[in-house]
Amino acid sequence: MVRIFLLLAFFVGHALAVDESALDRRVTEIGAELRCLVCQNQTIADSQASLAVDLRNQIREQLKSGKSEQEIKDYMVARYGDFVLYRPPLKPATVALWLGPFVLLLIGIGLFYRRVARRRAPEPQLSQADRERAAKLLE
Amino acid sequence: MKVVWVIGAFVALVVLLAVGLRLDPREVPSPLIDKPAPQFELPLLNAPDKTFSQKQMLGSVWVLNVWASWCPPCLEELPVVTELARSGIAPVIGLNYKDAREDALPWLKRNGDPYKLSVYDAEGRIGIDYGVYGVPETYVIDRAGLIRYKHIGPLTPEVVQKKLQPLVKELASRG
Repeated sequence: MVRIFLLLAFFVGHALAVDESALDRRVTEIGAELRCLVCQNQTIADSQASLAVDLRNQIREQLKSGKSEQEIKDYMVARYGDFVLYRPPLKPATVALWLGPFVLLLIGIGLFYRRVARRRAPEPQLSQADRERAAKLLE
Repeated sequence: MKVVWVIGAFVALVVLLAVGLRLDPREVPSPLIDKPAPQFELPLLNAPDKTFSQKQMLGSVWVLNVWASWCPPCLEELPVVTELARSGIAPVIGLNYKDAREDALPWLKRNGDPYKLSVYDAEGRIGIDYGVYGVPETYVIDRAGLIRYKHIGPLTPEVVQKKLQPLVKELASRG
């Protein structure tokens, strides 16, 4: 009887542990998409700042209560703004952020081509005498 | 012609850097501006059996100041907060954030208590609802209960004179 009980306890414990670690993984996954505002170049998943710990707990609680990833992100954005998202949405305020690098790249390519085109000097015009001299030098 | 371009590019770069380096990356625009102040019902710092809710301030313009005894900039801004409270233009309510009563109460005793009252948010849950990330933070809330202004970091006399006071006066005059 005791043995069966222990075995049962082991399996239940094991199942719970697996469940916990899956939850932890989800918390880390979502936390990795969110910026920690206290230490701005870290994610909530990475940071040990106390606010990041609180927010990780928030994510965990909300996951447990069945909220989706999108709902949790919306919760964060409602409080801290788009700035918390490492991948902010494309909207009028963030157009420059999303397209700026490509615009700069295009400008760069344009300038590069203009330079290259300008540098390509025309073929030198050689007279008959020049050609003969060159042929003699090359002999 | 070419020289003009080079100088132009240089000046543009200098302007960009001058502006960029002056921006404070900690000043993140709050999405809560012009939105209703998040609800709370928290125990008072000095009287755990009494509670206070933001609803009780409906109908008046008020200032919510987030502070903690563990936060050196809070001590730094305390004279400014005191001056603001003394001027009487708006009641100043304290939100004691992630602190312990046994630290917070002596802190007020030692340094002076400018607040009409302070509520006690030990776990920082209400702080999260208000988007608090860098204590001290200060909010101006209007008669309708909307957040109209948020300042992150210690208040300075300049911020109070140039932004807070004019805004509070304007909001108060709107009836």
